[in-house]
Order: sequence, then structure tokens, then C-alpha cells
Amino acid sequence: MTQTDSKQLMLGNQALARGLVENGCRMATAYPGTPSSEILTSVAAWKKQEALDDMHVQWGINEKVSFEIAYAGSIAGLRCAVAMKQVGLNVASDPFMSAAYLGVKGGFLIISADDPGPHSSQTEQDSRLYAMSAKVPVLDPDSPEQARKMAKLGFELSEAFEIPVMIRPTTRVCHARQDVSLLPITAREKSAEFEKNPGRWAATPKFRYILHNQLEEKLKKIAAWEDTAPVCLNPSVQSDKAVVVAGVSAAHARDIIKELDLWDTVRLYQVFQPFPLHTAFVEQILSDHSDILVLEETTGVIEMQLARRDRVQGKKSGAVPETGELLPEIMEGIIAGFLSVEPKSAIMESKPGRRPTLCAGCPHRASFFAIKRAAPKGIYTSDIGCYTLGMNLGAVDTVLCMGAAISQAAGFAHAYTDDKRPPIVATMGDSTFFHSGVPALIDAVVQKAPFLLVILDNRTTAMTGNQPTPATGRGIMGEETVSVDIEKLVTGCGIDYCITADPMDYPNFLDHMKAAVAHARENGPAVLISRSPCVLSLSKETRKAQFQKVVVNDNCDGCGYCVSHFECPALVMDENAELVHIDTTLCTGCGVCVNVCPKKSIEIKISEV
Amino acid sequence: MNQQIVISGVGGQGVLFITGLLAKACMAKGSHVLTSETHGMAQRGGTVISHLKIGDYASPLIRPGNADLLIVLKSENLAQHRDFLNPRGKAVVNAQTTFEKSASTAITLDADKMAEDENNPGSVNLYMLGGALAVTQVCSLYDVKEQIKNRLQGKPEALLTGALNALDKGYNQII
Repeated sequence: MTQTDSKQLMLGNQALARGLVENGCRMATAYPGTPSSEILTSVAAWKKQEALDDMHVQWGINEKVSFEIAYAGSIAGLRCAVAMKQVGLNVASDPFMSAAYLGVKGGFLIISADDPGPHSSQTEQDSRLYAMSAKVPVLDPDSPEQARKMAKLGFELSEAFEIPVMIRPTTRVCHARQDVSLLPITAREKSAEFEKNPGRWAATPKFRYILHNQLEEKLKKIAAWEDTAPVCLNPSVQSDKAVVVAGVSAAHARDIIKELDLWDTVRLYQVFQPFPLHTAFVEQILSDHSDILVLEETTGVIEMQLARRDRVQGKKSGAVPETGELLPEIMEGIIAGFLSVEPKSAIMESKPGRRPTLCAGCPHRASFFAIKRAAPKGIYTSDIGCYTLGMNLGAVDTVLCMGAAISQAAGFAHAYTDDKRPPIVATMGDSTFFHSGVPALIDAVVQKAPFLLVILDNRTTAMTGNQPTPATGRGIMGEETVSVDIEKLVTGCGIDYCITADPMDYPNFLDHMKAAVAHARENGPAVLISRSPCVLSLSKETRKAQFQKVVVNDNCDGCGYCVSHFECPALVMDENAELVHIDTTLCTGCGVCVNVCPKKSIEIKISEV
Repeated sequence: MNQQIVISGVGGQGVLFITGLLAKACMAKGSHVLTSETHGMAQRGGTVISHLKIGDYASPLIRPGNADLLIVLKSENLAQHRDFLNPRGKAVVNAQTTFEKSASTAITLDADKMAEDENNPGSVNLYMLGGALAVTQVCSLYDVKEQIKNRLQGKPEALLTGALNALDKGYNQII
């Protein structure tokens, strides 16, 4: 990393990671997911750069496992953190809820990154509601710089009250970049020491009740803790009206209120800890102001705690949209309306952009094309990952959540009677299979559910930036790890029919696909492992060696079959000539498309030597 | 000088790369910078946009009607993102010169063709950045070249030469 002076241009996730490292975090775990993925890779980069040898950094197999590993480090007395995206917290919610009762020893941070919009998620859920539900304090950073500071604050809060603390950044904090100054790493010599106390760490329901009471007591004190108290950003102003902001909405509001010349007109309060909202702040703001506007993402968590419906406007009152990202132009209109001035910015009409697509040369495309050929009227359940984009090829009918492709396939299989059941094909990536596919597959074996599972094994977690999987054989630091054999895992789940084939060897692969679909219909669950590395992880040399020059010959009549059914971005319909041509800047020369054209108009050009 | 710049393209074109170069070049001159980027699913060939704010800002996002400069790496994105521009703002668009003649704000640069002619297809973004540097005062061609040199330190010499050449060619086309 280049360092021209002490300042670095830092991604929010990098800044948050820097905060962890600066403040003596000793164990950090995560499962990747946009917008959180770069947090752990950044922690690993600093571990390497700063030679923090006794720090443990690892990808966990899923968010629950990641949480539990880091949590154990905390109850052994070390500062620890776990990072995930908001829907990852659903997976980790079980230990999260329980850990709130048991509390912590070393500072423990749960970083749950929300994605209002949503930009790259299946829900717009607000992790702060989870914090409320678990009765855990949550901090809401407005920028990369503040995210870094909140790592320190969070560890201190966590240790002061022996409670897990959530940091909830949103996409616009995680994926903002800002010039941030580096602070030195604070060395913490402490070593792990687990003090046995089964009454606490293995508490039975009777003691859980006591712990629950203690948790409530902690929360009352946290609602009075000075260090996280809200601040008024323009305290010299006296106004009947007030605006309350948190997270990135606070950053937007500062600019908007200045630009609308309202900085000296209305009091602006920033909340750092949306839950528990400071008791004194609630009393003060309700006594000082007759009209209060709350701007926050994504649910009205602060608004809810300002329990005066007659004075408080926000999401619940209908003044602020309850769905979608709270963009600054939307905020500007709301603030202007609240203070009876004219907004300066217009709302931009949303125009459709280019939809995302599987990369040219992606092995998933070949798999999906074979699935449609082998099971043309099938039900196609799928899952979370790049391969969700199989939807563009008409080869994905359902996407629910991580791991659901298998259980939903089983559900469809049980829903239909034997005589009416269409072929059912589930698709799931290798990383997702490890994450949460395994229990579902065991269940399908036990129930003899007749469907085919195609594991799209590209040896990586591609969508989130090519993180390793348990099969990769490499850890986050590049260190060698055990590589878990997917075939053995599948057969260990009780599957008898498990075939591995290469989708880029398409004709052969299609034969395997047809046989596997037929087998599954008659005999219960079968698995086809479609193995070919992600095109993004291929070396230049490999790409060059595999390249085949593909051309469109005179047979092409521009029917468009390849464009709509194979949907490779390198196959372009030339609207004027009504023919298809190859975009040579995108084509990887994988040659799979020669199997697609019904008129045999795509062919491999054998170079004359 | 407060400046707001929107850079628009599709996944794989290197929108984030040139956003980072510009941001670092401005930082090196002592300015505060804030950017907002597209990551995740949209990077798979979908529309990608980044916001770059230089100066005294708290919010990482540019509101419609506020951008001073719009760099468009894929001409089809102009329709989608032109409303970010303020009335005096300029758009530099990767397109043939005949494109959008009616739009006085759009300055075209056929970066696809330039990249193809010079067998440098991965550098469309740098031709465009070069063109944009001829339009904006936010930092100089030299400032960005310094950042490219930093960024490509230790990489093959040909990569650096190709990148600097693309930047120069884009710049000279517009200036």
C-alpha cells in the first residue's frame, strides 16, 4: 500500500478494520457478504503489514460459526470481533441473542453491515432492530473515520458493561472512501485465560432469568453512559423544531442543512448509539422541542424510542419513506418541507441501467444451459451467489436465502405427487453448500426427496470478491489449510449418486446432467458437482492456454436464440445487420457457445500454423 | 475548491480504479476527499457508478443537479446519469463524435476505438480519465501520472508505459 503521508484513502470497511487493529483486537472472524466483505480482508492485510503474529484472523464457514469462535475468544478475555452482512446476522442470531444474556469478558464487537436500497441483498432489514431485540447496544457510524473511532468506543463500552456491542455501518459507510489518518497500534499483552463459571457460561433457564434482569440493569446504565451520548451539532441555536440524525443520514444532513442556509435556524442532533437511546436525551429533546424530525436508516429505531407520536415525525409517522435508501435528495425535500423552505435539488427519475450478468466465460452459464436442456420443464431452485444471475437465462425460479435451494427443492418434490412431479433441479455454489447446504442435503437423503442438486463448484466465493472456501486449501492470510473434499462430504451426507464433471467440456457434461436428472427422478436425491474454476481466478497463462478463437459464420440469421438462452455478454446482437457478432474484448474463448446455436453458426476457428 | 464528480460505467471497466486515482491525486494536493462506490452484484457487468467529492463535504453522495463533472465510460449511461450535472457541469462521454450532438454539455471521446487501435483494450478507463483531466481543474495530468506510477510500482514496465500513454492520448484528444 502506498503511503504518501500519514493519511490514507480508506474504504469504510478498511477504516473499521484499522480501528479493530489499532485497539488490540486479537481475534477477528467473518463470513463474506456485501457490503461487509472487505472488513476481514483489511484486518488480515494489517495483521501482515504490522506483523501482529498473535492475532487470529479467519473466514468462518458461516456467520453463526464465525460468531461463536470470536465470542469464545472474548470470554477467554481477549478483544474480539465478528463481521457479517445484515442477513448474515439472521444466521448468527441464535448465539447473538444468547450472548447478550451471558455477556463478555474481553471487548466483543458484532459488526453487522446493513444495505438500504437494497443494492446487493435480499432484504433491507435494520440490524439495529436485532440489537433492540437482543438488548444489546448498537453504534451507528456516519463515515469511514467515525467507523474507525467507533471500534475503539465499542470495545470500551463492551468492557465497561461486559456486554456484546454491535456496530452497524451501512453500504454508504462501508463503501465510502475518505482520507483517514493512521493511529499507532496499541499493543495488548493480555493472553487468553478462561475462568470457569458454569453458572454463567452454561447458565440453565433459572439463571437465565437472573441474567436477563442483569441485562436490563446494564441497559439502563448504558443509556446514561456519557461517551456514547448524542450531541447537538449547532448548540448555539435555539429552535422549537429539531432534527435528529444518525448514521450516514447524519453526514447527508450536515451538508444539506448548511446548503439550505438552515444551520443557524434549526437544532441538529446526532445520535451515535441508537439503542439504547440515552434517557436524558429523550427527556431533554422532548421538553425543549415541540416538533422533531428523525432521519435514520432503515427502520424508525430512534423514532420509536422518542415515544411522543404528536411531536415526532419520521418513518412511523409517514414523513419519511419506510422503504428504500434514504438518499440525500429525498432527505433534502423532507428537511425543506419540515422547515418550510424550498429544496434546491430535484429527485432524479430512476432509469433502468444495465442488469448484472454472469461474466463471459463463466462456467455457471454452461451448467445452467445444460440444466435447461436436460430438464426443460423443470423447477429450478437456486441460491445466493453469482449464480443467482442464472435468472437471466431462465434457469433460476426461486432464491430465498443461503442454503434454501436444497430444502426448497425437497419441499417442491414432496408437494407434488409422483405422477405430476416435474424434474426438480437445485443449484448452489460450493461456498453456500458449506455455509448451510449440508443439513438440508442430509434431510433430503433421509426423506428420499427426488431432485437433483447441482453444486456449482468454482473453488471460490466469487460474488463477494473471491474469498477462499473450505475446499480451497488456503486461508485468508494465504496460509495452507486442510482442503475439505466436497465429494466425500456429499457421500457422507448419505448420497449414493454423486458425479463430478466439467461444464466447460459441454457435450460430455450434458450427458452427465441428463443421466443425473433421470436418476434423481426415480431414486431420490442425486448430486452433480459441476467443477470448473471461476474465470476471474484464472491466471493470464491459463486463460491464454485455454483460448479458442470463436467466430460467427454465414449460417447466422440473427434469430437471437444464443443471446436470449445463453446470454453471454460477448455474444452481441447487431441490430442493424440482424446478425450476432462476437465482442472480442469480452470473449474469453471458452468455446462453450459453439454448442448453443441451433444452426451451427458459431464455430471455433482453427488457426493455421 | 469544492468539486463533485460522478463516474459512470459498467462492471469490469475500471470505474473504481480511476475514481481512486483521481481521489488520491487530489489528496496528495492536500484536499479532503470522499467517494462512494458500487460493489457486489452490480459489479458483474451491471451499471457501476462512483461519486467523488473533493473539498469540505460530510456526505459521500452527490445529489442530482450538483455534479460539476460526469465521466461516462459507457455512452448508454449518459441518459441514466446526466441529471447529476449542475447547469454548468460538463459530461465527458466515451462515444463516437456523432453521438448526442444536440447535448452541448457532452464532450465525446472515442476511447473504445483509441484503445482498440492501440491494442490496449483494458485501458478505456484511462483514455477517458485523460480526456476528463483536460476539462477539470481539480488536479493536473501530472498529479494523476504520479498516482499511476505509485500504483503500478513493481509491475511490468510495459503496463506503466501503456497506462501513461492512454492517459496522454485521452488528454491530447480533448485539450
